[in-house]
Amino acid sequence: MPKDHGIGASPKRREDVRFLTGNGKYTDDINAPNQTYVYFVRSDVAHGTINKIDTSDAEKMPGVVRIFTGADFEGVGGVPCGWQVTDRFGEPMQEPAHPVLAQGKVRHVGDPIVAVVAETLEQARDAAEVLEVDITELPAVIDMKEALKEGAPKVHDDLTSNLCYDWGFVEENREAVDEAIKNAAHVTTLELRNNRLVANPMEPRVAIGEYDASNDEYTLYTTSQNPHVIRLLMGAFVLGIPEHKLRVVSPDVGGGFGTKIFHYAEEAFCTFAAKAINRPVKWTSSRSEAFMSDAHGRDHVTKIELALDKDNNFLAVRTDTYANMGAYLSTFAPSVPTWLHGTLMAGNYTTPLIYVNVKAVFTNTVPVDAYRGAGRPEASFQLERVIDKAARELGVDPIALRRQNFIKPDQFPYATPVAVEYDTGNYDATMDKIEEIADLAGFEARKAESAKNGKLRGLGIAHYIEACGIAPSNLVGQLGARAGLYESATVRVNATGSISVMTGSHSHGQGHETAFPQVIAEMIGIDESQIDIVHGDTAKIPMGMGTYGSRSLAVGGSAMVKAAEKVIAKAKKIAAHLLEAGEDDIELANGEFTVAGTDKSVAWGDVTLAAYVPHNYPLEDLEPGLEETAFYDPANFTYPSGAYACEVEVDPETGKVEVCSFAAADDFGNIINPMIVDGQVHGGIAQGIGQALLENCVYDSDGQLLSGSYMDYTMPRADDLPNYTVDHSCQTPCTHNPLGVKGCGEAGAIGSPPAVINAVVDALSDYGITHIDMPATPARVWEAIQAAK
Amino acid sequence: MPSVTMTVNGRAVTGEVEGRTLLSQFLRDDLKLTGTHIGCDTSQCGACTVHVNGAAVKGCTMLALEADGAEVKTIEGMANPDGSLGVIQAAFQEHHGLQCGFCTPGMVMAAADLLAGNANPTEAEIRKHLEGNICRCTGYHNIVKSVQAAAAQLG
Repeated sequence: MPKDHGIGASPKRREDVRFLTGNGKYTDDINAPNQTYVYFVRSDVAHGTINKIDTSDAEKMPGVVRIFTGADFEGVGGVPCGWQVTDRFGEPMQEPAHPVLAQGKVRHVGDPIVAVVAETLEQARDAAEVLEVDITELPAVIDMKEALKEGAPKVHDDLTSNLCYDWGFVEENREAVDEAIKNAAHVTTLELRNNRLVANPMEPRVAIGEYDASNDEYTLYTTSQNPHVIRLLMGAFVLGIPEHKLRVVSPDVGGGFGTKIFHYAEEAFCTFAAKAINRPVKWTSSRSEAFMSDAHGRDHVTKIELALDKDNNFLAVRTDTYANMGAYLSTFAPSVPTWLHGTLMAGNYTTPLIYVNVKAVFTNTVPVDAYRGAGRPEASFQLERVIDKAARELGVDPIALRRQNFIKPDQFPYATPVAVEYDTGNYDATMDKIEEIADLAGFEARKAESAKNGKLRGLGIAHYIEACGIAPSNLVGQLGARAGLYESATVRVNATGSISVMTGSHSHGQGHETAFPQVIAEMIGIDESQIDIVHGDTAKIPMGMGTYGSRSLAVGGSAMVKAAEKVIAKAKKIAAHLLEAGEDDIELANGEFTVAGTDKSVAWGDVTLAAYVPHNYPLEDLEPGLEETAFYDPANFTYPSGAYACEVEVDPETGKVEVCSFAAADDFGNIINPMIVDGQVHGGIAQGIGQALLENCVYDSDGQLLSGSYMDYTMPRADDLPNYTVDHSCQTPCTHNPLGVKGCGEAGAIGSPPAVINAVVDALSDYGITHIDMPATPARVWEAIQAAK
Repeated sequence: MPSVTMTVNGRAVTGEVEGRTLLSQFLRDDLKLTGTHIGCDTSQCGACTVHVNGAAVKGCTMLALEADGAEVKTIEGMANPDGSLGVIQAAFQEHHGLQCGFCTPGMVMAAADLLAGNANPTEAEIRKHLEGNICRCTGYHNIVKSVQAAAAQLG
């Protein structure tokens, strides 16, 4: 019977009540007394020299408080990058300056040039209309390979070229991989594009800067997944504000998907301007603005080769990827195509030799950074596509080919040739499960039925792995991270036994306020209603790194467990005193401390009361109070994996692809709240199907953003998607964190794109079509069919 | 500035607005009913869906002045009189039909509009009716289940 309490139960989400009644408190719902509004004038050309900015007419417009330009930010720091990649020759990447407001040049459509601050947003906009910004347009570079050609226009004049870095991994394997591919019995080659996406959380970004002159203190309200990271980056590197004078608050945040990790210029602007005019400054992004200022995702162009021996064993993988950085380096951008991508190129397989080359390229486009999965979807997509293509070329079953090359359960821990060690897994188990829940045995009958209706039915399988629970700080430090990636928690027990947990993890839809108390409730044996989660405010929580990379439970949850263990250890000492027993004999269960082997007991609430009303208390040995903090730095990544199956029907007359069914069998290790896990997988799958069939961020050759609104960027809607069959009963618990959890936030977006495209290619295989790029739109599919005819 | 009067969640309200002020802005900025969210600027996302004279309307497709004299209902008016969740709201909670909560008010208002006109919709009808409301979190699976459950209960 399902549990109704603690770990493994699915209580209703407590945060839902405020969201369902309109009582959520999102950043745009906050209004400071005497606040002003800022409107950013942004570049409408991809590349240009700013000749002149004339603000004189605009300054006379009604309600204008002050107009800022790049000149106001001379001597102020630029937006920093949080990760330095070292190239394959041992040199640091090229790292351009990123001013808060453009200085001298604009480098992408949407680059902010002027900030108009006024009494109302409408007045700021009206004033912006009469501003004069004179720009000489320069030739732009949009295509990555063009950008690397000799003589191409340079995005940054002070850099030697548009190449950010040329990264090789593992460089020592390069020749051995070349040799293996040259001598292999069979080599399958695939060239593909991982399409540029826009994350599009439904809540656009918002920032409100406040300055308190009497105390020289700043507050920034912002739609961030990690308020402490923003405080660190903006305070230390941009504005020079010490931590104790800068509070960053991220209240209810309406989705993130990676794009709200990063520190953005608008946050720095509002904080800076609040002091300059000594009034609060509010910025709310419009959706159109979001398309040209939120960091984009993916955008890789890749050639992958898979070498097999005569018995179809994988011998070597070689990849050559161009990764678009856009015009500036966003916070974690350099790490995405390298350490979050190259290290996953072993997949679930025993391939002994792997070489990954990545050329990161500056172009006159919006910066590109992590989006749900970040590097891992790009790895999974190319690997699972090339394996499918190899199976077709060799005339073998794609599932059998995968199974033959799987790392087997008795091989864990398994050190891959790309520097990571998988602690645990069972890939045949998830493959068995997907065969069952997707009814693969019935596919041929369904295909025949579709054919009767003039439709081409295809089946696609993918088996992904990802590295989550980011990340061991000492390791990422060696790899170029400029931050630690631990997590923190304070467990504060109140006198009457209720508990507040201050966590560095941030919930922007993940349900931490419900799931985290389940863990504490299980540990102590009290009801979840006695436990509250506090997050999203640097004034309230210990220094935490936030939520991304499916890390909240694996890293933040582990910190919470460690803090709770400290609390319990102290509470046992108090209980031992009250019960006049030895500390080692005290047991805690169901909210009661007992002396082993006796009927003596004291309730949780009596012990917590004694901690704060220490009349009968071992004061000589123990401090009063019951509150502990822990920081948890993971020993390794976690490695969720799973098998995904997609069935599509293609209408050969129109090229329209319909997803008929989608099934996922994931191994997330232990599960705290199955309902929330199901929801995370659903959402990830929807974004993956969106990438595979609908979504595409497109620039024209001049650098104009063609897909700049929901009129042109195709978001998946309710009638585009099927129901999903999801299962997470295959569980190999993580071996190195206290909960045995792996993380589930990104899996759906990683495993689904290759499953969908494998299905589309399967449906089109009778035409001899072996690949189709994402998104497989009706136009693209129809053209492929016509070309094949 | 011209004045506008309407009934919002059963309460008569009057405000002064610019001609260009949208109904969604009036609800949020003037009436402080911040449950109505703004997720786009092209009337595509549906986060600002409210009821005007009983029909679902994207609040960004109407000027506040156009709603003069109208009966408007927002998410703040959807709970039971005692403050407990209404049937549709409760179904969304029961079936995990929301994650970040940003699209949720619009989604609930659109679902209520559907069920007012079709007590027993098919899954396809639910998906079709909700195609004007974008959710980025749930993949719609649990939203559809929530609406089906609400229909069964209201039916």
